[in-house]
Amino acid sequence: MTNSIIHIFLALTMPPLLLGVIGKTKAAFAGRVGAPFLQPYHDIIRLLQKGSVFSTTTTWVFRAGPIVALATTAVAALLVPFGAHPAPVSFDGDMILYAYLFAMGRFFTMSAALDTGSSFEGMGSAREATYSCLAEPTLFFALITLSRLSGTFSLSTMLVNISLGVWLDTGAALLLLVGGMFIVLLVENCRIPFDDPNTHLELTMIHEVMVLDHSGPAFGIIQYAAALKLFVLGAFFIHLALPYATGNPLLDWGLFIISMLELAVVIGIVESVMARLRLIRIPQLLVAATILAAFSTLLVIR
Amino acid sequence: MYLALQGLFDPALVALIAALLLGCAGIPGLFLRKPGTGQNIAATVSILAALIGVPAALQLLFSNTTTTYQLLWNLPFGLCELVIDPLSAFFLIPVFLVSAAGSVFALGYWPAVEHRATERGLTFFYGLLSSSIAVLLTARNDVFFIMVWEIMALSAYFLVVTEHEREEVRRAGIVYLIATHIGTAALFIYFSLLAAETGSFTLPEAGSLSALSPVAAIMAVAAFIGFGAKAGIMPFHVWLPPAHANAPSHVSALMSGVMLKMGLYGIFRTLTFFHDPPLLWGWILTVCGISSALLGIAFAVAQRDVKRLLACSSIENIGIITTGLGVALLGVSSHNPTLIYLGLAGALLHIFNHSLFKPLLFLGSGVIIHNSGTREMNLMGGLGKGMPRLSLVFFVGSVAICGIPPLNGFVSEFLLYLGFFTQLKAGSLVYLVFLAPLLALVGGLSVVAFTKLYSSVFLGTPRSSAAAHPHEPGGTMLLPMAFFALISLLIGVAPQQALRLVSPAITAFYPQLSLISAGAEYGAIMGRLSLVTLLILLLALVAALLWKWRLNKNLVSSASTWGCGYQRGTSRMQYHGSSFSELAVSVFNGIMRQRVERPVLDGLFPVRSRCIDTPTETFLERIIAPLFDGAGMLFVFLHRLQHGLMQIYMLYIFATLFILMLWAN
Repeated sequence: MTNSIIHIFLALTMPPLLLGVIGKTKAAFAGRVGAPFLQPYHDIIRLLQKGSVFSTTTTWVFRAGPIVALATTAVAALLVPFGAHPAPVSFDGDMILYAYLFAMGRFFTMSAALDTGSSFEGMGSAREATYSCLAEPTLFFALITLSRLSGTFSLSTMLVNISLGVWLDTGAALLLLVGGMFIVLLVENCRIPFDDPNTHLELTMIHEVMVLDHSGPAFGIIQYAAALKLFVLGAFFIHLALPYATGNPLLDWGLFIISMLELAVVIGIVESVMARLRLIRIPQLLVAATILAAFSTLLVIR
Repeated sequence: MYLALQGLFDPALVALIAALLLGCAGIPGLFLRKPGTGQNIAATVSILAALIGVPAALQLLFSNTTTTYQLLWNLPFGLCELVIDPLSAFFLIPVFLVSAAGSVFALGYWPAVEHRATERGLTFFYGLLSSSIAVLLTARNDVFFIMVWEIMALSAYFLVVTEHEREEVRRAGIVYLIATHIGTAALFIYFSLLAAETGSFTLPEAGSLSALSPVAAIMAVAAFIGFGAKAGIMPFHVWLPPAHANAPSHVSALMSGVMLKMGLYGIFRTLTFFHDPPLLWGWILTVCGISSALLGIAFAVAQRDVKRLLACSSIENIGIITTGLGVALLGVSSHNPTLIYLGLAGALLHIFNHSLFKPLLFLGSGVIIHNSGTREMNLMGGLGKGMPRLSLVFFVGSVAICGIPPLNGFVSEFLLYLGFFTQLKAGSLVYLVFLAPLLALVGGLSVVAFTKLYSSVFLGTPRSSAAAHPHEPGGTMLLPMAFFALISLLIGVAPQQALRLVSPAITAFYPQLSLISAGAEYGAIMGRLSLVTLLILLLALVAALLWKWRLNKNLVSSASTWGCGYQRGTSRMQYHGSSFSELAVSVFNGIMRQRVERPVLDGLFPVRSRCIDTPTETFLERIIAPLFDGAGMLFVFLHRLQHGLMQIYMLYIFATLFILMLWAN
């Protein structure tokens, strides 16, 4: 019970901090002071207090986009275990629901973008649709590998199962998986080198351009949902990359928080040292990620 | 009404009466002078048939009984039995639902007053098609089966060519006719071999034939071709997109929602005859299924025509169902009850689900085409403003068909995924799990196809003047769609009930299976899924209320869409269907192509020019079309026999019979 409460509390409050850490890291690399760590919180609160502008072209679909994106990501947050603690909700087959929740959010976000009738937003959703459909098989290969390693069909057990011992046994497979899933993490969260969450040059963007017309509270919700998505996929990823546990519940929560912050720093470093890829290269890299994950699957089921 | 009938008759008889009622629905209209009366009668009769037929079928399903009737005929083909077992009863439910919904929809969509010339035939054949499908499900005599099969195939042909004054429609009709008769020819081979094997024209008992003899292999191939051609499994899918695109929309709904499933029913039924099928059969079904699913949805992504897109997605869904069946068959061969249960549950539930959301989408496409005067998605747009209700139900259908929670499509795909994953723990058939990423890819592509469809029709602003003044369809058109949307949602939030619906059919297919344990285990998982689905809906509601609260606190204003400062935007500048899918199609280049003829840019100032893009299927163009051209060349000499002189044709028949008699003696 206590663990569930901490889980929900962290899922509610911590996500924007990751964005703050990423921003600070990038600032440090650029030799700037950078915005304070808590800046994303201020931004979201400020947006929630602003007025809204709705395009006359839009219908209810436009308004449903941010709401469903938030709801689906929140449910996904309940399915992923944070650190060594199992998730509040878990049942056999929940990993399939986990993958499809993102598809549901995406369907609504894309429809909302297309509802504006703007060609920029159409372009963004066309890219999102294509890239996410290439990223989907990677996630499934990862789930297969994890399911095979743990012999279970639930996210909580299959992720908590990964430990240093498992790494020693099947290091190669897990290493491939970490590579594939890191690419998925960056693509799904629209980070450099696939997408740039900061540019305002529409032609280079995917996610950011889809929400161009959302304003005020709706945009606040979108920002928060995006941070939550980074948090959820990040929590999935650190199980693979940094699987340490102490056995002490409180210490484990601390470890989880530190690992998430480390992940944010790594993403910040990647964003600082890499340029955005040309659009045409992105599908190639996504297919490469799928093949990495498929290799890891082959290694464990042979 | 139903209760009164129940006291008098047993449910199987009620179901048969309902099936015959459907066939008679269109007959009064043929003789009535006044337009419209016949159509009203037909709709009323179809609703009546559904009202008595669906409860009867449900009762037959849940009571798990098999009822046999005998049709008295004096044809020399032995007993003609009509049998309803749970498997037939399961397939009967969508027949009644979709045919009733379609006839009600036709009242507003194809009103007799406007279509006096075609309405009578359409209504009559619509009833005949639904009725023949329902009777087919009960037929247990080879010859009777083929007869009903042909009535079904031919009435569907007459429905497809309703608008036969258009060249395109006639072509689609011919392609369909050829495809269905290739299938029937294969079925003739299959049933002849079957009759030779069993020694009678009655279909064999479940599990009574050995699958290992060479005859069994030939029978299996013939049945796969015959039934696969009807279902539209790759590579027999060629007839499907043109026929569905050119038929009236409620006919497409019936064909896609129910008629295609008869091919699958045939495969299901055939598989019950054999015991211990070899692993190879399962693998063939699985591989054909998953490739149908992948290629079908890849074709759908590239389409520009609303109904063609829907037809291609039918190929995909049939593929998903066939995959499930193949997996179950692998389970049968390897004596693995979990695999059988999950494969069959996924396949059967997907059959039911597809017969809900696909008719919804086809009926919706009828309204859309009526309102915009074209089937071309690139010329539509902005219909959602004028038709908010249609927009909502169509959205539900689109989400459902993509297999996205909280709707029914997700539930059946979830069961299939579980089936793939369970083999990880078992020692054998581990490679089955590679189907999971493939199915995920299919899911991703269907999201591309259906966001493309939905957005280019309903969202944004109208791209042509024809589409600029939509008006909401009337109650008779909207109600059937809303009904389908509602059931889709119900199955989505209460999947454990849906599992109860398919369980008797699973037992009928594979009686040896001890369902009690497997059913209970997955029922519990479905219960958890149902709770999480409700949680999603609840959280969405909370988020909506929260947002509403913030909106009320602050200023809300409206303006035009942000165009990055450009003032002269036109609706033609929006991303349309083809531009939306271009990137996705380019990734799958090879099996699917959008051939774009772009204007050449030269000179300082732009001049008026045009850009045409055509979706093309490599497989169709490279293999099927040359094959048929070759066949056409080969058969040129047969043209000489075909001169339109009736008396000579009768002579042919006489001569054939005479020779056969000589041969038999």
